[in-house]
Formats: sequence, C-alpha cells, structure tokens
Amino acid sequence: MQDWKRQKAAFASIAVSPVAWLIAFFVLPLAIVWLYSFGRNVGLTEIDISGTFSNYGRALEPLYLEIFGKSVAVAALTTLICLIVGFPIALAITFAQPKWRPWMLLAIMLPFWTNLLIRTYALITVLRTEGYVNKSLGWLWESASGLKVMVGMAPLSTWEPLPLLYNNFAVILGLVYVHLPFMVLPLYAALDRLDRSLIEASLDLGAGHFRTLTQIVAPLAAPGIISGVIITFVPALGAYLTPDLMGGPDSQMIANVIERQFKRANDWPFGAALSFLLMYATFILIALQALRNRKAEARS
Amino acid sequence: MNLFKRPAIAPLEYTRRLWMRAWIAATLFFLYAPLLVLVAFSFNDSKRNIVWRGFTFKYYGKVIENDGLMAALGNSLTIAALATVISIVLGTLAAVMLWRFRFPFKAAVEGTMALPIVVPEICMGVAMLVFFAKLDWPTDLPWPLNLSAITIAHITFCFPFVAMVVRARLAGFNKEQEEAAKDLGATEWQAFRDVLLPHMKPGIIAGALLAFTLSLDDFVITFFTSGPNTITFPVKVYSMVRFSVTPEVNAASAILIFLTILLTTVALKLQDFTKATA
Amino acid sequence: MTEKQPVISIRNVTKRFGHMVAVDNVSLDIREGEFFVLLGPSGCGKTTLLRMIAGFELPSEGQILIGGQDMAGVPPNQRPINMVFQSYAVFPHMSVADNVAYGLKIAGVAKPEIRTRVDEALELVSLGGLGQRMPDQLSGGQRQRVALARGLVMRPKVLLLDEPLSALDAKLRAQMQFELAELQDNVGITFVTVTHDQDEALSMACRIAVMNKGDVAQLADPADLYEHPANRFVADFVGSVNIFEGKLTVDEPEQAVVDCPELGRVYLNHGVTGAHETTVWVAIRPEKITMLPAGKAKAKDSPDGHNVAHGQIKGMSYLGDITIYDVKLESGRSIRVSRPNLSRWDQEDFSWDDKVSLQWHPTSPVVLLS
Repeated sequence: MQDWKRQKAAFASIAVSPVAWLIAFFVLPLAIVWLYSFGRNVGLTEIDISGTFSNYGRALEPLYLEIFGKSVAVAALTTLICLIVGFPIALAITFAQPKWRPWMLLAIMLPFWTNLLIRTYALITVLRTEGYVNKSLGWLWESASGLKVMVGMAPLSTWEPLPLLYNNFAVILGLVYVHLPFMVLPLYAALDRLDRSLIEASLDLGAGHFRTLTQIVAPLAAPGIISGVIITFVPALGAYLTPDLMGGPDSQMIANVIERQFKRANDWPFGAALSFLLMYATFILIALQALRNRKAEARS
Repeated sequence: MNLFKRPAIAPLEYTRRLWMRAWIAATLFFLYAPLLVLVAFSFNDSKRNIVWRGFTFKYYGKVIENDGLMAALGNSLTIAALATVISIVLGTLAAVMLWRFRFPFKAAVEGTMALPIVVPEICMGVAMLVFFAKLDWPTDLPWPLNLSAITIAHITFCFPFVAMVVRARLAGFNKEQEEAAKDLGATEWQAFRDVLLPHMKPGIIAGALLAFTLSLDDFVITFFTSGPNTITFPVKVYSMVRFSVTPEVNAASAILIFLTILLTTVALKLQDFTKATA
Repeated sequence: MTEKQPVISIRNVTKRFGHMVAVDNVSLDIREGEFFVLLGPSGCGKTTLLRMIAGFELPSEGQILIGGQDMAGVPPNQRPINMVFQSYAVFPHMSVADNVAYGLKIAGVAKPEIRTRVDEALELVSLGGLGQRMPDQLSGGQRQRVALARGLVMRPKVLLLDEPLSALDAKLRAQMQFELAELQDNVGITFVTVTHDQDEALSMACRIAVMNKGDVAQLADPADLYEHPANRFVADFVGSVNIFEGKLTVDEPEQAVVDCPELGRVYLNHGVTGAHETTVWVAIRPEKITMLPAGKAKAKDSPDGHNVAHGQIKGMSYLGDITIYDVKLESGRSIRVSRPNLSRWDQEDFSWDDKVSLQWHPTSPVVLLS
C-alpha cells in the first residue's frame, strides 16, 4: 500500500473520476432526500426545508408503525423460511461430489440471474385462481370426490379455488422465491470453509449427525449464517415489487408506502423521511454485521 | 450381489441421502416450475393460457410487432451497454485506488462506495427521482440522450459492484510481479498496462457481465427515473403484468429469460477460458 | 511371543473410487496392544484403509472386524475406536477441557467422572493445567496433544492416528516419536498409525505394513523390514539402497552367486531358492559396503573376485555423523556408500576423483526376486 502523497499525480488521475461520480450522483441525491425529510410541501412542487421533524413524527403514527412492524415481521419470516430451506441445500452442495458442485450452484443461481419482475410474474401465473397450483389441487379434489362416490359415500363439496394470490401468504412465498439464493450462497461459503475433519472428529467421538450439526457445524458456521440472514433480511425488508404485484390491500410494506408518497400522494418530505428510516434500519444491521466481522478478524 | 442394492452411504455423503435429494428436488421444482410453465405457455396457442392448445410462435410475432415493447428492449440494451462501459472504467479505477493507496478518509470513501450495493432499491430510486427533478434534468432530448438520467442511475449502482469484483481479483495479485516489471525497466504506466491490467482482466470481464445483467434487470430504480418516452423493457413488462396475464407477456418474459441464459453461458465460458489461460 | 487375538481384522478389503482402485484386496490382522504402522508413499491407499477402519469410508468389498465384530453398517459414532486427525480437528470454539470432554458428555458419563478423566488425560499428554485455554492459544504440538487426549480419554479399543506428526517441525517430530511410543506402552491401547515417513515408522512401530498402489507390499517388524525387504519397492522405500539386476548362476543350500553385469559377481553364504538363470535383483545398503583405496581390497575377503568392485568417487556429501559417497563403477553405474565419521580429524581420507575399491560381506546383499 502506498501513501497517496508519494504519487500525487497517479493518485489524482485514478481517484478523481470514481470519487467525483460517487459524490455527484449518489451522495448528493441522498443528501437532497435527507434535506427534504426535514421540509414541508408549499404549493404543488415547492418544498420548503424548514428543519421540521414533523415528517418523522408522522412516521411514528400507529398506521405507519404498524406497516413498519409488519414489514419487519414479513422480512423476518421470509429470512427464517429461507434459512430452513436453504441450509440443507447448502449442506448438500458442500458435500456433493466436486464435479457436481458447480452445477448445483449454477442451478441455484440461475433463477437469481433472471429478472426479478419476470420471476414474480411467473409465480403469479401459477398461483392465480386459474393457475396451475389451483387447477392441480382442484383436480385432486374432484378425483377424491369421485373416489368417495365410487365407494358409495357422499361426494365432497364443490372445489373452491384457494386464494393463493393478493394476500400476505403470497407476499412471503414470493419473497422466499426471490431471496433463496441470497441465503444459500453465504451458507455454502461458510460450510465449504469448514474443515471436514471437525465433523468427522465429532462423529468419531460418538456424536450423531444431529448433535454434530447443532454443536459443531452451526457454531462454526455462525458467521456465514449471520451474513446469510442479513443479506436476505435487508432486501426483503425493502422489497417493493413483490408486495406490489402479489400482495393484497393489507400487505403493503414500507417500500410501497414510500412509493406512494412520491408517485401518487405527492408528499415528498414524508416519503423522504420514511425512506431515510428504512435506510437507517438497513445501515444498523449492516454495521452490526461489519462490527462482528471485524471482531472475528481481530481474534484470529 | 443384490442387483438393486445401492452402495452403502458413507457418513459425510449427505448429498446421497434420500431425504436430502427429495429436499433438493422439491426446492429446484419450486424455483424452476413457474419459470418453465411461463416459457412453455409462451408457445401455447390459446388466449386463456392454461390448457395446451398446440404449439405456436404467434405471440413472439406479436411481441416483435409491438413497437412499444421493441423500443423498450432497444432502450434497455442501449442503457445496459453504456452503463457497462462506464462502470468498468469507474469500477476499475476505484478498485485500483482502494487497493493501491493509503489516503485520508479512506474508510469513509470505502464505506460510501459500498453503500449503493446495500441501500434499499426504493431509497435509491427515490433519491434519483428527487435529484433529477431538482436539477430540472431535460426530458425532451433526442434519443439516446434522453436515456441519460436512467443511465446515470444505473452506473451509480453498477460501478461499485465492478469495483468489488475487481478488487477481489487484485487481492490475489503478487506485487513482486509489478516490481519485477519495473526492475526490468518498465515505467509506472507500462507496468500497469503490461502486468496489472492483464491480471485484472478476468475480474473486469466478470464485473462487466454483472453490470450488464444488473442494468438490464433493474426495475425499481428505473421505475423512478423513466419518463413516458424512456420506457425500459422491465418497466414496459411491469405495466403489461399489472394489466393482465397474457401469452404475449409470457413471450416477452421468455425473451428476457433466454437473454439471461445466454449471458450466463457466455460468462461461464469466458471464465473457463480465463481459467485455462491464467 | 504369544499370538494375541487380533483386535482388527481386515479381510479382502477393496475400495474403489470410480474407476480408481485405492485399496486392492488387502487382508491383515492387527494384534491387541501393538503399535501398528501403515507406511507408504502418498496415494498408496494407507489413509483410505485407516478411514475405512474408522468408518468414514465404506469398503467396496470385503470385511472389517473390530474385536471380532463385523463393522459393516456400523457408523463411526458407534465404533469402539477413536481417531487423531492429520489436521488434529480440535474444535476451535471449545476450550481444551471441553474438547477432551466432548465424547464423554455424549456417552453420558457422570460429570464428576468426566472431570477426573479429562484431568487424567490432559496430565497423560503433559497438558495438565491448560484445560481452560482455547485452541487458538496453543502451539501446533499442544493442539496435537489435545487431539490425542480427546481420543485416549474415550478408552477406545484402538486409537487411529492419521499422519500424527506431519504438521510438526523436525525437532518436535523426533521428540514426539519417542513420546508416542512411550505413551502407547503406558496406556496399552492398540495404536494404528498412518505415515509416509520411514524414520517415524521404524522408530515407533511394533509392526509395519508397507503399502504400495493399494496393496500390502510387506508386513514385518522394523528390523526385518530393513534387513530382509521382500521386494525392490520395500527395499527402496525403507532406507537407502543400491539395487543391481543380475542372473542367478549358483544356487545351493549353503551358497549362491548372482552375476550382475554392472556390479560384478556377488557371493552369498546362503541359498536363494530361485530357478537357475532367472533374473534377480541384489540390494546392498550403503552402510554395508566397505570403501578402501584402490587396490587395497583384501584378497581373502574376495575369493575368486567375488564381492568386490572398483570405481572413482564422483560426489560426496558430508552429513556430520556420516559421509555419503557417490562412486562411479567401472561399468558406469553409480553406487552409494556411506561411512561413519568416527574421528573428528580424519574425515578427508577420501576425496573427489579418488580411485577406490568396494568390498562387502557375503551376508550383506539381499537377493530380491521381485
């Protein structure tokens, strides 16, 4: 590592453009939003930055607190499901034959590379009332009903398609669908780093697989599990598209409320305040994670 | 030997256990079935979209005839290409800066550089909307200049990814190589061009593909920066999806899925190639 | 010596990985209480064999019996054996004492007993008082002792050790060779060790199985292995040796002669029991050759010109205790001779390009049929 003073010209020619870009097109826009969050609407397009905290005050109203709470709960549930589904997958990839491993990773990653909107749309097409899930269930229901008639029993009542879309269930399913790869990759990275002989030693000393998992694998893979949880939770918390397209009237998340302030309600200062609250929540989680990593690094 | 007997499973062969395989199969089914259904029914000769009525390309034809959709696709590809090129330059410079130099406020710069990666998309989208509104960014420029706002927004979230990938690659660089080049008479610039740049190449290629895909896929941030004349493909599809589920949307989506698979294949091939030549 | 009951019986065990045969139809018995070493170059199948005994790999064919019981279908956690891993596999998130206590806790041993047994085990490996340390505060040698204590505390029928000394530096390794052998003697538990280091094997083992390409090339005690190698592979792998091809021209109960084109005629004072005129190999250890100034060979030791060769010194390496000479024979072949440096002053009685005569005793060469 060189001190910038020793090669000022080289440093300047390298540093100026990325730093300038970052300041002009990232820091500055965020700063404007931040300032707006302390302002109020005057007229249709004018915003007066008066230093008021009323926007933040409004965000604490029960209506919005509830939406915040709900977003956190939905994101947490999504993360938990991803962890439960993803952990065995990560374990399977780790212990697969080396020639299979890249293909399994690719199989998990490929949907992740596919456009988020299209994945959501794909899920909608199979979940809607005329979608495949309901049609298959309906067919099973009819068959069961037919079977009952055949053995001389009363038929089942007529099949009512399940409401699989436009509710909280759909939002969580959609978020899990979209975020699963986020969880699997860090888990896989952590498990892959794990020295296999530690697992073997535990088995050798008489522990069963479940005990080895809870006492040896989980504690040693903890950093990977935590980063997987955060990497999944953060985007799930800020999700816009999934609740927008798959949610019902009561499955709004923060991002949808923010969008409404900017696009429909036209209350930019309030939207700015909400969006900074969401950002603060994100930053706190990421800072905690970074702190943990630094501590772990200092220890080793 | 019993013909049907599977070889016994060793303790750590978790992947060969039956419940594990069932779990993987179920997960892959969950991940892929909706996409496969979507692609399959883009070829279905039925408006109702659920019962198979025979194979047809007619919805692809409709997509191609749909001027709005094709213009949106053109916009998306143009933006992705521009954003990729500029992101490569900015990202590589940023990676070299952070890898090479010690300077005041380095931690702050490093942290800020990572922010576009972690900031919720909605916040970034909002910031871009507010920023371009505040600047009164002209919206009536001729093509492709009218795409500048979206392109700028895309570069802002793409180049930190490029920087991250290139920097990871740089971490494996043996500085003695550069010193050897200088020892053999190379100037600072020659050493950079002949030693450091070739080493970074795989990282830059990976970063470029990442940037291209990110830009092509982005919906939320674009949604806030696009105007009526600057619709991108995802934004167009979004407006169609909101309206209804039709085979035409399926066909449009399938086109994007094929594009993604193509890009991923190219990425994998390139990586194999660079691995073989590294 | 009384034949003890074998504690491990390996019967016709074969292990294939895809098309590769790692262990090829191996049968051997390991006796109760012995220090058994599996020796061989990397890739010879020794670690695979050890891991099959532990239960981490399953034999493709054949049987493994521990204490007379077939181990097929018995998972590692139910086998009466424990293992010391090459990387030691000390659990990094547990203290030394917790590491050692891990197996006892799982076995459901009462807490007070765990304490005393852990303390005993740590004392045994000279780690008394370090129980509360975390593994990252230990040196490599100490970590290995933790792994040893963790296995020994379970009082297994057999303790398996996978390259136990390979991660230690040379000096510590030499010390640990003695300690391991002594420890094994004290606790009376059967040790099965895998190593690629012949010094390690010779110094610690009761018996050694030399493995080559998945096969046991020879099973013998250390002295036998060194002095009576069964084939060229063993002769070459264990210690340093000169091997010459030749033809068996005389083979009687009391004497034999091998005609080696590159060395001369080699006379032995015992029979070989090979067919007349068959191709055989003569192996002579460098320290069993006497080097004399040219023409000073004693005629009475070389009747009819047997067991003598002439050449010129082409290389020397002084190793302190001995000096190794590279002598180019008249046939053009090189032969290696070593001489102890008995005196502090007369090390240089031979030098480069000196013409020398080499002689050896009729008991020194070993005739190898394969």
